[in-house]
Order: sequence, then structure tokens, then C-alpha cells
Amino acid sequence: MAERKTPIPLAVKLAFGFLILFVLFALFGQWLSPHEYRATSLMDRLKPPVGFGGDWTYPLGTDARGRDLLVRLAVGAQITLIVAVVGTLIGAILGSLLGILAAARRGIVETIVVGAIDVQASLPIIVVALFVLAMFDSSFTLFLFLIGLTGWEVYARLMRGAVLAAREQGYVTAVRALGASPYRIYLRHILPNVISVALVQFTVNLPLTVLLETALSFLGLGVQSPLTSLGQIMSEGRDRLLTAWWLTVFPGIVIFLLALSISLVGDWVRDRFDPTLRTET
Amino acid sequence: MIGYVLSRLARAAITLLVTVTLVFIFIRFSGDPAAALAPPDAPQEVIEQYRRALGLDQPLWAQYTGYLGRILQGDFGYSIHSGRPALQVFLDRLPATLYLGGTALLIALVLGLSLGAIAALNRGKPIDRAVMGFSVFAFAMPNFLFGLGMILIGSLAFQVYLGGQGAGVLAPALTLGLASMGSYARFTRSSLLETINKPFMLAAEARGIPYRRRLIRHALPNASIPLVTLVGLSVGSLIAGSVVTEQVFAWPGVGQLLVRSVATRDIATVQFLVLAIAATMITANLIVDLLYLVLDPRIRVR
Repeated sequence: MAERKTPIPLAVKLAFGFLILFVLFALFGQWLSPHEYRATSLMDRLKPPVGFGGDWTYPLGTDARGRDLLVRLAVGAQITLIVAVVGTLIGAILGSLLGILAAARRGIVETIVVGAIDVQASLPIIVVALFVLAMFDSSFTLFLFLIGLTGWEVYARLMRGAVLAAREQGYVTAVRALGASPYRIYLRHILPNVISVALVQFTVNLPLTVLLETALSFLGLGVQSPLTSLGQIMSEGRDRLLTAWWLTVFPGIVIFLLALSISLVGDWVRDRFDPTLRTET
Repeated sequence: MIGYVLSRLARAAITLLVTVTLVFIFIRFSGDPAAALAPPDAPQEVIEQYRRALGLDQPLWAQYTGYLGRILQGDFGYSIHSGRPALQVFLDRLPATLYLGGTALLIALVLGLSLGAIAALNRGKPIDRAVMGFSVFAFAMPNFLFGLGMILIGSLAFQVYLGGQGAGVLAPALTLGLASMGSYARFTRSSLLETINKPFMLAAEARGIPYRRRLIRHALPNASIPLVTLVGLSVGSLIAGSVVTEQVFAWPGVGQLLVRSVATRDIATVQFLVLAIAATMITANLIVDLLYLVLDPRIRVR
């Protein structure tokens, strides 16, 4: 089929724009405010944002401890971004490696990996995360790893399938006949041919890790104070939903736009690069 | 066919056993249960006593078989929170969660299928784009955010506080069902579009069957077969969603119990809930596989 140039839809452009703004805000947003994100000020508790009776000292208002919401949002965005990207990477690498290993070694290794995929598929990741968090002291590293487990079984299943199919291809037989070692066959020849499967899944998984991080932090079981994240800010603001709405509404809007933008861009990337979907619509 | 049923059953049983084993390993190696249960400044002998009482002095396999045996007898330990059996604590909460989840599933199915069908029949028109936009929105919307938004709008615009008990099931059910609704709408649309273009639909048209009948008797049943899988899969997302939704709306269900038990380190309750959730989802997957046999005669051949 001839490659047809389709213009990028407006929604995807807007989503791209928001993502760039979000990353810039996460990186440099702290400089927008003279305050420090942990600095409390008892005199300035629960100041409303500008336009709702507040002043420009705290453009987005303050929380119950008089901390500046703008700078907290910037730091929260940074942590949410780090957790989402690193978490998704961990899941992608772990899952892909297991999938490739299962397809390459077959036998007992494959049985174990497929069994683990079945078990993971029968438990929502948030339940697994809650179970582990009940056992161990919550730490940022552990939390990051748990977020990283999101969707590993999807990568494993996809990669196992892709590698099993690739093994039967003529080019693999050819390099094997040339005497290439298994490592060389898998790393230099099969991996580049199947990696696109994992890359597409990466964009599908990214919004899921954002939602899991914010949900767990919102429940008070994720990122712990004094560190903060978008979900953690919402969790603190929740008790004052009706009196200090800005503490929930602002981080809420950012989380929603972030997840929405990532999925819009992700859908577009998948439709653009996944050949199996190209025939549809 | 019997072979297929048996292999599905065996796979479900093995998955459940592996889950139980993993839970056992995690609990056993996450720390010393005896030291955790004994008072903080207890002398070594007291800790030893606890260890013997808990059976921790026995070899690992004996502990494991003991654990399996107790589970088979329905003994899941006691909640340290209330001192009552974990099973009982769970059963107290179950009706509330089933009520919420059932309502959410119903709303999601009715609205999701209708929206998807409307979109498919108006393909390319503004209403189609609106439905597709909604399904993206529903997927990206975190349910705690949607729930809090409803509470906020409800109290500011309608002077109704939706966040407490007694405010009715509608708001939490809509929150919980939103994500599934979006995926049902999307899936119904693509499945219906695919079916409409199948040769048998053309044959029906050629036989002079009226449009409405073609749609209801021929297209819909065929388009809905894959939806069974989707509904089965959404049991998981409903369970996961209820953890958060129940917290937002202070709904006294299993999800709230799970979060509370994790926060208070009520290991017996957490472990039971994890096993119960795994069993529910494995059963749901099994039912989907077996339903396929009934719905899709093509599988029976194998």
C-alpha cells in the first residue's frame, strides 16, 4: 500500500503543545515562584488564587500550611513525570527481556514466564501494588519499581509472540547457518526487527503509569510527604474540597490534561506506526 | 470440546495455586511475623514462643502445606484491626461493592453500547466524532478526579453533597463505570462497522430483508461476540476502579477496606482480599472463555 501523507490532527498538535509546556513547567516551573515547595507560612494559610480574592504573592493560592501551590505544582509535575517515564521504562525493559528470554530459551523458562503472565493478568496492578505496600515500608525506590510493574505482562506477551514469529523467518536461518552465536542472532538481528512492537506499547502504557502514580499517591500510599507529586497534592487538598477548591482543581486539571495528551499522541503514534492497524478506517 | 473445557479449568486452577504460593512467599519473607506480632521490647524467649505458636519453627514446606490446608478449610486468619475473621470482615463489605459495581457495569453497558452503535451508524458525522472524543476523554479521566469533580459541581451548583453515605449510588457508579463505558463505546463502534461490511450483510440486503431487521437480527449478535471478552476483562478494571472510587465517595465497600487494611498493615485482611480478587478475576476469565463456546460455534470445532 502506498504511503499516504495525512495531516496531523489538530487535537494531536494541541496535545503535543501541552506536553512540551508540561515538560518545561516540570523542569523550570520552580523558578516562576520565589517560594520553596516545602516552605510553610502560618500567616498565609489557604490563600485563594488570583481572581478569587488572592494576590500575586501566591498566584495559585496556598495550602493548609501556607505553602505556595504554584511551586508545589511544578515540583509535583516533576516527580510525576520522573515516576511515569522511569516506571514505564522499567516495565518495558523487564517485560520485553522476559518475553524475549521465554521465546529464545523455550522449555521451563517459557513455562515460568507464561505462568507469571497469567498470574499478573488475574490481578489488577493497583492491587499488587497495595499488597506489596502493606508488607514493606514505603520508599520512593520501591514505589518506582511497583509503578514499573505496570503492564510488564503485555510487553512480555507481545515480545514473546514477535520473537517466536521472527525465529521462523528466513533471515534468522541464514545468519544461524553463517555460524552466528545465539546472542548475536537475538541482539543484532531479531531485536531490531521486533523492537517497534515494544515502542508502540510504550506510548500506550505511559498514560496508565501516570494514572496509577496519581491514584496511589491520592490514596496516600504512593509518594510521601515532604516529597510531593500531583496526586499527593490532590490527596492533601481533598479534605478541603469545598472550602479550598484550588488545592484539588489545579492539580486535577494538570493530571487530566497530561493523561489526555499522552493518550492522544500515543493513539496517533500507534495508528501511524503499527502496520496491523493501517487498514482500519 | 471437553478437552478445551478441561484445559481452561486446569489453567485457571494452576493460576490460582501460583497466586496463593506467591502470596505465601511474600508474607513469609517480608519480615519476621513473630517479631512483628510480639510487643516491641519483648525478650527473645517470648518471640520464640510466638514463633512456635505461629508454626514458624517448622520447615518451609510444612508451613506451606499448612497454609494451603487452612485456606482450603476457609481459615484466612484474623484481622488485627477488629479481631474478627478476615473472611467475615470481607463478607460484611461485599454487598455494598457488588451493588456499586453492578450498577456501574449496567450504566457502562447500556450507555456504552448505545453510544457505540449510534456512532457506527453515523460514521464520520459530528455525532460519531463526539462519541469517539468522549471515549478518549473517558480513558484519560482518572476516576478520583471525575468523582471529586462531581462532588464539587454537585455541591456548588445543586447544593447536594455526593461525597457521603446516603447520597445514592448514581454518582459513584457513574464514576466507576466511566472508563468501561468509553471502551465499550469505542469497541462497539469498530465491531459493528466491521460486521456491517461483511458479505453476509450484503447477502441479507440482497434477500430484501428490511434495514432495521438486518441491523438487529444480523449485525448486532455478530458484533457483540467480541464484547463478551471486553466485559470479562472490565471486571478487573471495575475492581481496580472501586478501590479508588469507594475512597472518594466514602462508600463502605471492599475497596475501601483494602486501602484501610494496607494503611493499617492488617496483613491477614490484605492477603485475603488479594486472594479473593485473584479468584474473582480468574473465574471471570474462565466464564468468558466458556461463554465463547456457547456464543461462537466456530470454536467448538477445535
